[in-house]
Amino acid sequence: MIYLDNAATTRVLPEVYDAMKPYFCENYGNPSSVYQFAGESLQAVDLAREQIASLLGAEAREIYFTAGGSESDNWALKAVAETNAKKGKHIITSKIEHHAILHTCEWLEKQGFEVTYLDVDEKGLVSPEAVEAAIRPDTILVSIMTANNEIGTVEPIAEIGAVAHRHGVLFHTDAVQAVGHIPLDVRTMNIDLLSASGHKFHGPKGVGILYCRRGVKLSSFIHGGAQERNRRAGTHNVPGIVGMGKAAAVAAEHMDEWGQRQAALRDHLIERVLAEIPYVRLNGDPQKRLPGNANFCFRYVEGESLLIMLDQKGICGSSGSACTSGSLDPSHVLLAIGLPHEIAHGSLRLTLSEDTTREEIDYVVDELKKIVERLRSMSPLYEDFLRKNA
Amino acid sequence: MPAYSEKVMDHFTNPRNVGEIEDPSGVGTVGNAKCGDIMRMYLDIDDNGIIQEAKFKTFGCGAAIATSSMATELVRGRTVQEALEVTNKAVMEALDGLPPVKVHCSLLAEEAIHAALWDYAERNHIEIQGLEKPKADISEEPIGDD
Repeated sequence: MIYLDNAATTRVLPEVYDAMKPYFCENYGNPSSVYQFAGESLQAVDLAREQIASLLGAEAREIYFTAGGSESDNWALKAVAETNAKKGKHIITSKIEHHAILHTCEWLEKQGFEVTYLDVDEKGLVSPEAVEAAIRPDTILVSIMTANNEIGTVEPIAEIGAVAHRHGVLFHTDAVQAVGHIPLDVRTMNIDLLSASGHKFHGPKGVGILYCRRGVKLSSFIHGGAQERNRRAGTHNVPGIVGMGKAAAVAAEHMDEWGQRQAALRDHLIERVLAEIPYVRLNGDPQKRLPGNANFCFRYVEGESLLIMLDQKGICGSSGSACTSGSLDPSHVLLAIGLPHEIAHGSLRLTLSEDTTREEIDYVVDELKKIVERLRSMSPLYEDFLRKNA
Repeated sequence: MPAYSEKVMDHFTNPRNVGEIEDPSGVGTVGNAKCGDIMRMYLDIDDNGIIQEAKFKTFGCGAAIATSSMATELVRGRTVQEALEVTNKAVMEALDGLPPVKVHCSLLAEEAIHAALWDYAERNHIEIQGLEKPKADISEEPIGDD
């Protein structure tokens, strides 16, 4: 199997798994308990908090553990909205955010908040000028993702954060795709709140964090016990937290080296596809993109067919076609960068990891060429195109 | 991705009757690239009104390709009247069912048969009993090229 869907989820690294193991059957104490046995669990949670804080340039006390990226996004938006409702009810975000942001914004609109969904350019970039132009006296929050999950575009979040701060507005970023993959620093990048998820960078599923800068008011989202400084109730997911912490430590050590290697392979993949397959386009920004992300649209073919045929060759990828999105419309991200529906239906996302080899990439391109050709030979759109250009 | 039956997978990976027919008796195209599904069906119908050959080309998901393939299999050797009875339900049953979100693909297959038969009727200035003008046609919504 060739796994090129690392934006969906990643393999738990063996050293991460090893770090988690003792916290299932041996050190199973509840970190909130008083006896010494539970102290080991508490220490493990504290270490993980430090490991993650260190990766982000934050302080440990600014890291709150959650059950994942979606919870962190929900919490950040709803808590800021609730806390600042008296100051204003306007939020700025973009059209290419993850649904954890977009659907939370839609929910907030039903609660009386106003949301501006900024357009992006054809590469998926949000402009800091557009953010500034959208800021109003009643704006309380700007939320722009660090990097897009589909097309891999890395947003100018440091500049966007600076714009927000210049106007006294809080800045949140959904960094689920970026943490552990590209260097981030919450201080120099002007980030007040940041969401991250463990399983997107070789940690386990079911654990995430919300970073909240000291001094920013954060109301409780899950009510109950006094965990996470009274802000997030619920017994700590100790093995998950330990795993995410270890993954953060591994990322801090290897991110640069792995990123460079992946970017080189990604560029090899992109170059070969663009050179060897006709009527294809690269989605996203050629430079400002995640090191492991490649996203293409193949004209005259449909994404789900492409995925099933790749699967039969042992290749795992994903698509933004309607058939894979579970609705009649293709991905909102591909539409937001200006692609017509019929082109957006033919999208393919391949996301690499440090396990990916050049041989694998070459095999994928070889198979992809054959599959696209085969699907085109069955496509009435391609038939019409050839006739028109005969 | 929805779970497909073995028959759907078989017809998707080894589709029957893919291609075009030169000088067909009737050809019909239904669907819309905007929605991600277009089916084109070619029929060769002899003087006795029997479908000798059916071919298709489809742009769409696994279910769209499988239903096209099955629809061509079901109409081959049938009379025009019999072909009208190849409903979306018949196509679905022949494929051992489709996931609920893919039922519209089988409707497209039924429409494609009807569109090809409609074209056949028009070319021969005949009326096929029970056949109504198919709803969707690609020609109504041209697709831009870059």
